[in-house]
Amino acid sequence: MIYEFSILAIVLFVIFVLFVLGLSFYFGSKTKTSSSYFAAGGTIHWGVNGVAFAGDYLSAASFLGICGMIAFVGYDGFLYSIGYLAGWVVALFLVAEPMKRLGKFTFTDALDSKFNSKAIKLTAAISTLIVSMFYLIPQMVGAGTLVEPLLGLPHWVGVVIVGAIVIFIVATAGMTSTTYVQFIKGGLLIIFSTILAFYIFKNGLTTTPDHADQKYHEFITLADNDMQGFTKISTIESGGIVFAKMEKDGVFRWFTKRDGKYLEALSITQPKEGEKLFNGEIKEKGKFFQVGHMNKIIMDGEEVGSTGRLRPLQFLSVINSSELVRFLKVKIVDGTNHITIFHQVITPGKEMLIPGLKFNIGKGATWLSKLNFISLMLALFLGTASLPHILIRYYTVPSQKAARKSTILAITAIGFFYILTLFMGLGAATNGVLNMDDGNMSGPLLAKAFGVGLFAIISAIAFATILGTVSGLIVASSGAIAHDLIDRYMGKKLSDKAKVRAGKIAAFSVGCVAIVLGIIFRGMNVSFLVGWAFAVAASANLPAILMLLFWKKTTAKGIASSIIVGIVTALGIIITGPSISKQFFGTEGLHGLDAPAIISFTAALLTLVFVSLATQKDNEKLSEKVA
Amino acid sequence: MDHGPAVELGVDHASGKKSRLGVLFFILYTIVYGIFVAIGVTNYEALGKPVFGNQNLAVIYGFGLIVFAIVLGLIYNWLCTKYENELNKEE
Repeated sequence: MIYEFSILAIVLFVIFVLFVLGLSFYFGSKTKTSSSYFAAGGTIHWGVNGVAFAGDYLSAASFLGICGMIAFVGYDGFLYSIGYLAGWVVALFLVAEPMKRLGKFTFTDALDSKFNSKAIKLTAAISTLIVSMFYLIPQMVGAGTLVEPLLGLPHWVGVVIVGAIVIFIVATAGMTSTTYVQFIKGGLLIIFSTILAFYIFKNGLTTTPDHADQKYHEFITLADNDMQGFTKISTIESGGIVFAKMEKDGVFRWFTKRDGKYLEALSITQPKEGEKLFNGEIKEKGKFFQVGHMNKIIMDGEEVGSTGRLRPLQFLSVINSSELVRFLKVKIVDGTNHITIFHQVITPGKEMLIPGLKFNIGKGATWLSKLNFISLMLALFLGTASLPHILIRYYTVPSQKAARKSTILAITAIGFFYILTLFMGLGAATNGVLNMDDGNMSGPLLAKAFGVGLFAIISAIAFATILGTVSGLIVASSGAIAHDLIDRYMGKKLSDKAKVRAGKIAAFSVGCVAIVLGIIFRGMNVSFLVGWAFAVAASANLPAILMLLFWKKTTAKGIASSIIVGIVTALGIIITGPSISKQFFGTEGLHGLDAPAIISFTAALLTLVFVSLATQKDNEKLSEKVA
Repeated sequence: MDHGPAVELGVDHASGKKSRLGVLFFILYTIVYGIFVAIGVTNYEALGKPVFGNQNLAVIYGFGLIVFAIVLGLIYNWLCTKYENELNKEE
């Protein structure tokens, strides 16, 4: 088994959870009004809010997803870091201060501030719920991923544990406890990621990444005249590669045939009936080795076995000149067994440091693959400023100036962290720590290579990362249901106390739905999933926010219809696209577009403009009412 | 309509000027970000070319975009604070 049970990790995790629960009890006793429940009473200091922004934003997608993606496909994963950070520019320069000025508890308040429209209340609340759900899925998937190694429990148990703790945090004290959980977690994540990066530089690069308690597996190469006790059983060709099935001591293993030799590969065998086998044996035998190493290291023009300590830019420079061994996934069928093979591929370091290993924009690119790339970068850029759980943070500070200053602190903290992701991802790719069955664990497993203590702390922080983000998402969803839908849209005119109670019931319900979705979506890259949340948010919310702020002809019907078109188009493209089709139906999908923003954002924007122009009379009536 | 902010906000005479500055900085950053994406889809090979110290354009541009956002944010805050101090003086 790749993961070992760590008592220290459990102790740290339990201490953190108890601390968080204590904090929630403490603030819960002080939370009596809807203002304190939904917006922490607008009393949070900008410094605390800035770090809490980072804690809210640096979710499982950032720490687990991006690091994992960089470890597997290099710079393509770093594109997410660039895009996520760039999105804060939109938040700071266009949205932060007006949002603070216009809204009360929720993003819907701000959109509806000028119109008092039922259509806006309904559509914006639905949009908040959909975006939050899309964002919740990857967090819950990440939670399950973490709990497996940390507590030795199944994936679904991790999802349930996170769901239960978060429901408790939100249901007791709402935004106040959520803010402090995010503040603590944001600070710890940045500090310990810096320490992890320090270890990477201290360790340098080596072709044999052995660590104190973790010897790297030496992959064997067989030749027809030197089979080392293996017997060739059969061969299967897939995608131009020949895979050979070998037997030794009753165990079946897979090799790749290349230049007349057989290179050892990793395999997962799913028999028609019975237990899954890892490299031909049950998981507990520990034969599914951690991988990822340098094939050739060139430093200062000379080939070396290891580099010793490196400076940050020197680390990148050496990788750029050297070669790595990556393991690529191929699925084959052998009789009634479904086999997933991970075979060795030597990759020049310079290919890891440019886009292209995941997003096909270089040689062989098609117009569709380029459109996917542009669309993803657009969604990441425009998505941040339209995420409801981020926008509600602006209501927790006392002034517009505080909103602005907390955003700048957030950009600095988040930007620093995202620079570290490139080092952490490449560190994982070269230190022999990757679990090919789960890329999301690359960051914590890298920490494990440097010591169980660091692994325990990083895992506990990663877990806290999920708690912080999920709390924010559930507060946003709870506000959408209790404040936007029940109180304002349905016009129930709840008392302050009843509104808080409705918010807590909503938090419980949303938490339960998130748990179910987290179990269903197991195994998908969390950063990839968050990319969809950004696309839906950018399409449904941003045209409405920006046009409300910068175009006087915007009408209530224009906003409501643009939200609907944004949601429907983005979801429609995602659901009929290749990733969902492959995951759930085993088909290619109706089209090849995975990133919908370029179409859905444009469609929503055009809808807003045309509908607003067609309903200008509504604004005239609005002016008369105001007069 | 009970829509106003959760806390009492004073009148901000600098909001118009700050808003125009925000739009200007947003356009500036969007152009720099857009060029990065455009290079990726039109001249992909350029991203792999070394710029300095054996660092390629992709790495330098990627780090540059992150640092540029931070620097631009700090300048924005400095200018906004200046406008607020000038225009929101007690009359």
